[in-house]
Amino acid sequence: MNDEKDEGRRRFLAQGAALVGGAASAALSPPGGAQELAGQPWERVYGAGFTRYGQPSKYEAPVGRHLAQPYGELAPGSGAALSPIESLEGIITPSSLHNIRSHSGTPDIDPKQHRLLIHGMVARPLMFTVESLLQYPMTTRTHFVECSGNSSRALTPQPAQVPAGAMHGNMSCTEWTGIPLRVLLEEAGLEPSAKWLLAEGADSAHMSRSIPVEKAFDDALVALYQNGERLRPEQGYPVRLLLPGWEGNMNVKWLRRIKATDGPTHTKDETSKYTDPLPDGRSLQFTFEMGVKSVITRPSSTMTLPRPGRYEISGLAWSGAGRIRQVEVSTDGGATWTAATLLGEERPRALVRFRMPWEWSGKPALLQSRATDEKGRVQPTRKDWLTRYAPDMRYHNNSIVSWAVGADGKVTHVYA
Amino acid sequence: MSTRRVSAFLPLILLCSCAGAPQTTSSKPPALGTPVGAAEIARWDISIPPSGAGLPAGSGTARQGQQVYEQKCLACHGAKGGGKPADPLAGGTGTLASKAPVRTVGSYWPYATTLFDYVRRAMPITNPLSLTNDEVYAVTAYVLALNGIVGEDAVMNAQSLPQVKMPNRDGFVSDWPPRER
Repeated sequence: MNDEKDEGRRRFLAQGAALVGGAASAALSPPGGAQELAGQPWERVYGAGFTRYGQPSKYEAPVGRHLAQPYGELAPGSGAALSPIESLEGIITPSSLHNIRSHSGTPDIDPKQHRLLIHGMVARPLMFTVESLLQYPMTTRTHFVECSGNSSRALTPQPAQVPAGAMHGNMSCTEWTGIPLRVLLEEAGLEPSAKWLLAEGADSAHMSRSIPVEKAFDDALVALYQNGERLRPEQGYPVRLLLPGWEGNMNVKWLRRIKATDGPTHTKDETSKYTDPLPDGRSLQFTFEMGVKSVITRPSSTMTLPRPGRYEISGLAWSGAGRIRQVEVSTDGGATWTAATLLGEERPRALVRFRMPWEWSGKPALLQSRATDEKGRVQPTRKDWLTRYAPDMRYHNNSIVSWAVGADGKVTHVYA
Repeated sequence: MSTRRVSAFLPLILLCSCAGAPQTTSSKPPALGTPVGAAEIARWDISIPPSGAGLPAGSGTARQGQQVYEQKCLACHGAKGGGKPADPLAGGTGTLASKAPVRTVGSYWPYATTLFDYVRRAMPITNPLSLTNDEVYAVTAYVLALNGIVGEDAVMNAQSLPQVKMPNRDGFVSDWPPRER
């Protein structure tokens, strides 16, 4: 049966080929006539068939996440994969290019076996299957997720000459669909005296963080879908926590347990890590919200402007506190600033795309962007940011990023 | 204009609410969680707060923990917790306000309970949840002893571990609720 079909298909294609060949050699055509019509080789052959799951063009193969694997082959899933923001446009990150930060690799979770337990200071400890969670009313929102350690690579003694995404791409923005966390807590009967929630993943690190209950009653989601499809394994399949605008690390992936408590649990990732050392030797703990921030993605480090002339400066801005109110761009190292055009600024805790036309004269230029959010917070200069913390601070770097354009058009990363 | 539009729709709304009984919309979400008993919860609940609540039975000393450490931890954390390729676990006390802070369990971690919690849930990285509770207590004691926080023969258990005062216990300032920026 299939053979017959294949045979039929072969015959059809062979006849088609004969027709094409016949047309090319037809005596009625003027000499060389067919060649005079525009038409690339791919316009002269039958195209590829359908695939069940789409892939980008093979010519876009260089576009991929920037891998940061500090332990190499010893622990290839401990570290991060940063989004190539220098190659992307708009405000939605493709799921395949979303940043990843994992501590013990991506677990291979069977959704039929996975469970979510809610217990502790609740009237009714409850166990949820994934199948049951999928039956709850859903909420869909667009939010960024940024690792607290994003932009730590822009804190090295000398400015790294790597693409923007390799430094600032531990952040992405997608559409998330899930159940408001509040709904599940109410079903379990959260006790009024419960002040914190311990959230824990089903990865082999059982990554866990303490979360104030206020966030659950604000905008926290138990997310099941990303960009319309079920979560990718590296994004927490089958179920993850989404805490819009808060440290990526708290958005616990592969969510298996929530325990209501009266105080924080002081887990390893909220004491030894993800705490912010101060110059006096003390450290800030529980700095959840990601600060107001922006970065120019085009042009950006390692790119070259081919010639003087008209360009569009394009970049991303975001704030864990809410909406972006304004992004200003400077092409002279901060001497003068111009407000850029914003796209998506109506969404809180989501990426905003900013754009500004720019006429490059061919002389050296210094490009910077500075975001302000709806709370009136302004992105700090690098110098100001550095004075706030101990020399080994690696989290919450939301300082202004500087790209120098040389007379030769080469764009480099500089500290300014 | 808008008033007229509302009144025009009113009978329709009333009709729907009467006739739609089998398909009524409810703002109440389904309640699909199933009750769980204490014994099952105990198998899942591995988080240990500073009070030590939930610490299991069992015990261990640094002397016992050294064996566990050398077999299962040393390859990544180095001899005597010196580190490389993974984080150092010992040393650095007194360096936090310097120009080159060294942050280890001894110099930085505020609570010893966190060490038990993390070793049990995540270590060794290739085989977590494999250590016995005695082994976790022992290796916890060993790392504390490497930092001079407990003696080689101090017994770590559910009672003694929460009593351990870490050098940097008071070194953290909570930012929740957030301060004004």
